[in-house]
Amino acid sequence: MSELQHQTWSRLNDLEYAPAPESRDIVSIRPNYGLFIDGQFTDPGSHQGFQTINPATEAPLATVALGSAADVSRAVISARRAYDQVWSQMPGKERAKYLFRIARLIQERSRELAVVETLDNGKPIRESRDVDVPLAAAHFFYYAGWADKLEHAGFGAQPRPLGVAGQIIPWNFPLLMAAWKLAPALAAGNTCVLKPAETTPLSALILAEILQQAEIPPGVVNIVTGDGSTGAALVSHPGVDKIAFTGSTEIGRRIQRELAPSGTHVTLELGGKGANIIFEDAPLDQAIEGIIDGIFFNQGHVCCAGSRLLVQESIADEVQRRLVRRIEQLRVGDPMDKNTDVGAINSAEQLSRIHELVDAGVAEGASRYSTTCTLPDKGFWFAPTVFTEVSQTHRIAREEIFGPVLSVLTFRTPEEAVAKANNTTYGLACGVWSEKGSRTLWVAERLRAGVIWSNTYNKFDPTSPFGGVRESGFGREGGRHGLEAYLNV
Amino acid sequence: MVSLPLRSQHAPEIGGADITFAPPARPSLLGSEAELRVALGGLSGVDAVGANARVAALGTRSLKQGTKRALLDLAISMIDLTTLEGMDTPGKVRSLCTKALRPDPSDPSVPHVAAVCVYPDLVEMARNFLGDAPVAVASVATAFPSGRASLNVKLADVREAVAAGANEIDMVIDRGAFLTGKLGLVYDEIVAVKEACGSAHLKVILETGELVTLDNVRRASWLSMLAGADFIKTSTGKVPVAATPPVVLVMLEAVRDFAEETGVVVGVKAAGGIRSAKDALKYLVLVNETAGSAWLTPDLYRFGASSLLNDLLMQRAKQRDGHYVRSDRFSGD
Amino acid sequence: MSSDRLDVRKTYKLLINGAFPRSESGRTYEVIAANGAFLGNVARASRKDLREAVVAARAAQPKWQAATAYNRGQVLYRMAEMIESRRDEFAFHVAQSEQHNDRDAQLIVSAAIDRVVWYAGWTDKIAQVLGGTNPVAGPFFNFSIPTPTGVIGVIAPQESSLLGFVSCVAPPLAAGNAVVVVSSTTRPIPSLLLGEVTATADVPGGVLNILSGEVAELGPVLAQHEDVDGVDLTGAGDLAPTLAADASGSIKRVFRATTADHDWAVDPGTRRLRAFVETSTVWHTVGQ
Repeated sequence: MSELQHQTWSRLNDLEYAPAPESRDIVSIRPNYGLFIDGQFTDPGSHQGFQTINPATEAPLATVALGSAADVSRAVISARRAYDQVWSQMPGKERAKYLFRIARLIQERSRELAVVETLDNGKPIRESRDVDVPLAAAHFFYYAGWADKLEHAGFGAQPRPLGVAGQIIPWNFPLLMAAWKLAPALAAGNTCVLKPAETTPLSALILAEILQQAEIPPGVVNIVTGDGSTGAALVSHPGVDKIAFTGSTEIGRRIQRELAPSGTHVTLELGGKGANIIFEDAPLDQAIEGIIDGIFFNQGHVCCAGSRLLVQESIADEVQRRLVRRIEQLRVGDPMDKNTDVGAINSAEQLSRIHELVDAGVAEGASRYSTTCTLPDKGFWFAPTVFTEVSQTHRIAREEIFGPVLSVLTFRTPEEAVAKANNTTYGLACGVWSEKGSRTLWVAERLRAGVIWSNTYNKFDPTSPFGGVRESGFGREGGRHGLEAYLNV
Repeated sequence: MVSLPLRSQHAPEIGGADITFAPPARPSLLGSEAELRVALGGLSGVDAVGANARVAALGTRSLKQGTKRALLDLAISMIDLTTLEGMDTPGKVRSLCTKALRPDPSDPSVPHVAAVCVYPDLVEMARNFLGDAPVAVASVATAFPSGRASLNVKLADVREAVAAGANEIDMVIDRGAFLTGKLGLVYDEIVAVKEACGSAHLKVILETGELVTLDNVRRASWLSMLAGADFIKTSTGKVPVAATPPVVLVMLEAVRDFAEETGVVVGVKAAGGIRSAKDALKYLVLVNETAGSAWLTPDLYRFGASSLLNDLLMQRAKQRDGHYVRSDRFSGD
Repeated sequence: MSSDRLDVRKTYKLLINGAFPRSESGRTYEVIAANGAFLGNVARASRKDLREAVVAARAAQPKWQAATAYNRGQVLYRMAEMIESRRDEFAFHVAQSEQHNDRDAQLIVSAAIDRVVWYAGWTDKIAQVLGGTNPVAGPFFNFSIPTPTGVIGVIAPQESSLLGFVSCVAPPLAAGNAVVVVSSTTRPIPSLLLGEVTATADVPGGVLNILSGEVAELGPVLAQHEDVDGVDLTGAGDLAPTLAADASGSIKRVFRATTADHDWAVDPGTRRLRAFVETSTVWHTVGQ
């Protein structure tokens, strides 16, 4: 450059980030877990057990009890007794204090919970530490405050709880989904039987320890681990007044059908195929980050993932170019490494589902780009992938992949963007990127989705209602609206 | 983005190692105010929330020990060691130059800094102190820091500094003109200053603390680059808000995009408010992840700072010796 | 009724897409009162009629949703005005259908008018009562608004032919839904009369579609139709569990009436308004 010679420095072609593994020492996972019923852990030896593994290494973490129909029944009976004798009789302000206690204890054990979550789920420690666990605590804090204010919630003067709530949660945000289910239910005065996902039971079992520490009355919360049969037993149990389910649309449909004769209350938070719409006047650098957050957050194991990218044709080439450049920067690997952006796929089963749909995408003629990162030998991994030249009839544009796979489609006008975004049986979430407020609101009004993120994506807050329309389910979690799912109003 | 009339067929691979530093011919100058407004107005906006979130996320990256050491040295070599006070004296400039050449006399492996940065009237003195050493003399000019003078005065300021031996000129843009939409005025002034610089390199100070919004930062960055800036620089250090990570992020995006569009590679200088080694390393991570590792050189990235140097030296010594060292081990200059 | 003149008997027709067709099947049935009196011939809607009604409702719904809440309120209020202006006719048919004396029938018509007025007043308050801003912990403006579910199928109550009918139909309309309603099988005439009234109450074609016929025939088609977003099974009786199961195929919102819900005289609260609205939450960044 100038006539001056700068001392030459070897150029760092690529900064090497240190593997910065979070320590496992903080958590002591027991070799065996029983069920948490009536305030106590049952003897693990008295149950059939199943292993839960670390999806990043396939190493076993613990043996967990497989709850039988009889176990579910005991849990429901315990919850009923606690409802009748304790929880429904307790003044709201006392219930509130239990919830505040739980929130505090989650904060105090946050590192431990984050590590357990990452070990059991495969998600990056950065996410479990910065998103899952803090939001879980925040959720309990938020609903704690409602417990003694229900008559001000807009559902009439004396809103009544429903009774015993059966709650079935997925594996993508195990602790957070437990918080989303338990906090409003307990605040509203219900007692609970929670069924964690088969592949991610551990954080809920730590939560059970927290419930003991909080000295929550026995039976108010029961946690029954197990597989699909355990969940089915809970759904069909006649002593349950309400089922809240988060998971696939297929199972949700089955649950709704099964509960139809009894008229048991039900709320469903199901699948999605969210459209992330990028207009030509979008704040482009942030939009690229939003696309990344939209589909690669939590390995794309997010029901509201922005899995369909809709780009205005005038900027489609530029967006695709930037996107490819950006996804090459993603750090895929050890979830316990604080620098990791994309962790492990939660299970072999999910990985094969992703493979199946990606293969279908290729076979149907879409153009596949997967990052060149090296993937670990053991464990379940899938490289961040972007499909271009996708058309709306492709399976990868219609079916929920639930993995780090993005389908890129284009549009020309706002109307076409809305039409394509709505051309799905789902309706959970969408993103809109534009610097033009009037157009953003015009689009937001027309999108059939329960959540619309404008110039951002995948943001969650306990005060903000979350849930879907159409085949993404019904009922809301979060906010004042979230109480309605647990009140007889 | 409005297509600018300056697309190059040979844009470098960003993030790759093979950037040509001999700049291609500058694109033809844009003509009217209107054209400038259209061109800059067509740049995509910046959502401040997203930009802040991005720098926050990158701020959590942790570096390998070896990388950290190399980066500390790199950061030292990127410093424009600066004194810009009314009370500057020959003695002050002499000690600054001494420090610039050998930041840590006890450790010859410590690199020299990139440049010393002084007022125009002290350029000659600085050049004399530095002798033939490969440390540049940078001079602020154009009625620094406010820029409130006639163009003739500004150009005279620049010419004198260059004549006195300045290798680099740090000019300020007319923020008043920019904020009143007189983009052509700002543009023409940069062009004139660039010409007055001759062979000296031109750093254009945007004074982002006065431009306030990130949209303005992006537009001013492009305006400066179109007008011929070799570097775009955040701040004078004389207003309350100086370099911030989101501002530097947006400027790094601008130089990256400009290089892609035009093939012209422009540097970035973050000046003011960067005092700790920890912050400096975060900025280098930002450079690496935004513009790419090609910018990790003093040719393309600088820190305008004074107290930062000692903290870098302390962290360097800590890395080397394995324990924390007292600040008095290094000179206060 | 004058004996020296043969009266002209009206066949009550369906209301589909703002028009009054006979059933495409050509079928009608006789409505006979509990005391055995012949009340009229009405069209007996077929599956195909129902399908047409859903198509009409789907097409009309976006415009109805996009109309201002003020405008929807005016339309519903106009409906109340029209009932009031023909209250004796309504009272006559309610008295016949439900076997009330004239005084009670008049009271029922009054209550039905007042119910429609109540919901007319709700149209521009739903968003304020059910929506709002959410104080999220971050630099975002976040608000929730209730949006209509879409096309709602209503199985109208079998007993309360007018008051029950409007109590089920008005709330989804007020919220911006389009409605396909199966009237009381045995007491359809007041609702069909109401359908005629809507033709002069500025209710846009397709927004309200009224079918008379058999619940057993039409209910399953309605509950299974994927383009129906929600069903109100108030009048489905013993069929409600089956229809609710049918509704699960496309994850429909299902409103199941409790015993208390069949007391049409009491203040209905917001339950029926909330049944067929979706909460849509919008996040937007806040920054310079």
